Amino acid sequence: MNKKTKSIITMGIWQDNAIFRQILGICSALAVTNLMINSLVMGLGLIFVTAFSELTVSFLRQYTPKHIRMMVQTLIISAYVIMVDIFLKAFFPAMSEALGPYVGLIITNCIIMGRCESFAQKNPPGYAFLDGMASGAGYAIILLIIAFVRELLGFGSLFGINILGESWVSWTLMIMPPGAFFMLAVVIWISKNIFKEKSENGGVKV
Amino acid sequence: MEINPIVIFFAAIFTNNMILANFLGMCSFIAVSSDIKTSFSLGQAVTFVLTFTTLINFIVYRYVLIPLHLEYMRFIVFIIVIAAFVQLVEMIIDRYFQTLYYALGIFLPLITVNCAILGVSLFMVIRDYSLIQSVAFGVGSGLGWMLAIVAMAGIRQKIKNNPFPKGLEGPGITLIITGLMALAFIGFSGIVQIQ
Repeated sequence: MNKKTKSIITMGIWQDNAIFRQILGICSALAVTNLMINSLVMGLGLIFVTAFSELTVSFLRQYTPKHIRMMVQTLIISAYVIMVDIFLKAFFPAMSEALGPYVGLIITNCIIMGRCESFAQKNPPGYAFLDGMASGAGYAIILLIIAFVRELLGFGSLFGINILGESWVSWTLMIMPPGAFFMLAVVIWISKNIFKEKSENGGVKV
Repeated sequence: MEINPIVIFFAAIFTNNMILANFLGMCSFIAVSSDIKTSFSLGQAVTFVLTFTTLINFIVYRYVLIPLHLEYMRFIVFIIVIAAFVQLVEMIIDRYFQTLYYALGIFLPLITVNCAILGVSLFMVIRDYSLIQSVAFGVGSGLGWMLAIVAMAGIRQKIKNNPFPKGLEGPGITLIITGLMALAFIGFSGIVQIQ
């Protein structure tokens, strides 16, 4: 693994993490995190769409006229989102039902557009693909962290398997919208404190 | 589905509020909600665009995509309709309503990427609304979004000088306030309920 590969991966997953560093793409982060399984599917879908959109945008970067590039990017992203949607409908109809409109809303997820615009436009396809994977993975990890807490406290289970036993009184608040807002705020709070300590030690700049 | 459009309208404002119950349009909600006046302008622009794009998307979906069996193309079609409509509105108000253009101008491009707009169209398809129901849903969602962002801007202005933990400054505290607002809006859930 050379230096650039390494830095792309750490940037995507941790230092430039879309959700808690840049506060992008949180619509779906909040909506699907009431269950672990929903978050996992959403995360995988986003990794797929981001990676392949970046790959395609990067391949086409020399042939796309500058002033219509946004439109081209949106169409590329939409095409991949349609693939994810059809795939889910065909093989996991129950999952497709549960995610509802949020699969389609991957299109307006600012993470993908942001990465296409800031990274794939300037870098060769191989790195762009990797960057898409890393950014998507960073997003998926945060989704799973939030879902872990919400499902555990809200249903007493993980991936639908009961963990906390019959005596556990579910926190209904956690599976309702307010729980999502509070959890995301807490995640951002914790991550900010971690980054602050690092920057005081002369590490990562905030 | 036989729900009275008026019920849908009020449900979209209070119980199924786009931001507080469906988490849509959060990006601009967090970025813009620091000032009441700007929030109000953005809210108006969103309501306006939402009303018409929902109407157009309904017509396109029902009378073009379904007869041609191209339902799976709806994502691309909807996003193009929204982008084209926003572009068109921008040109029209730039030409004929200069004052309005100065008030809304910079917000219009932002609206294309507002997930609430696409979200409303997708909800409309999933819930199988009729024409009048869709329009009521579109207007209601827009007003609900405006209500939430203006209320948020008001609260943020009030607490601007209050101290809170360093890590919570900015988006953190905004999310917590949103959570409290969502909690308050759950109180409305007894009035009307869709889905």
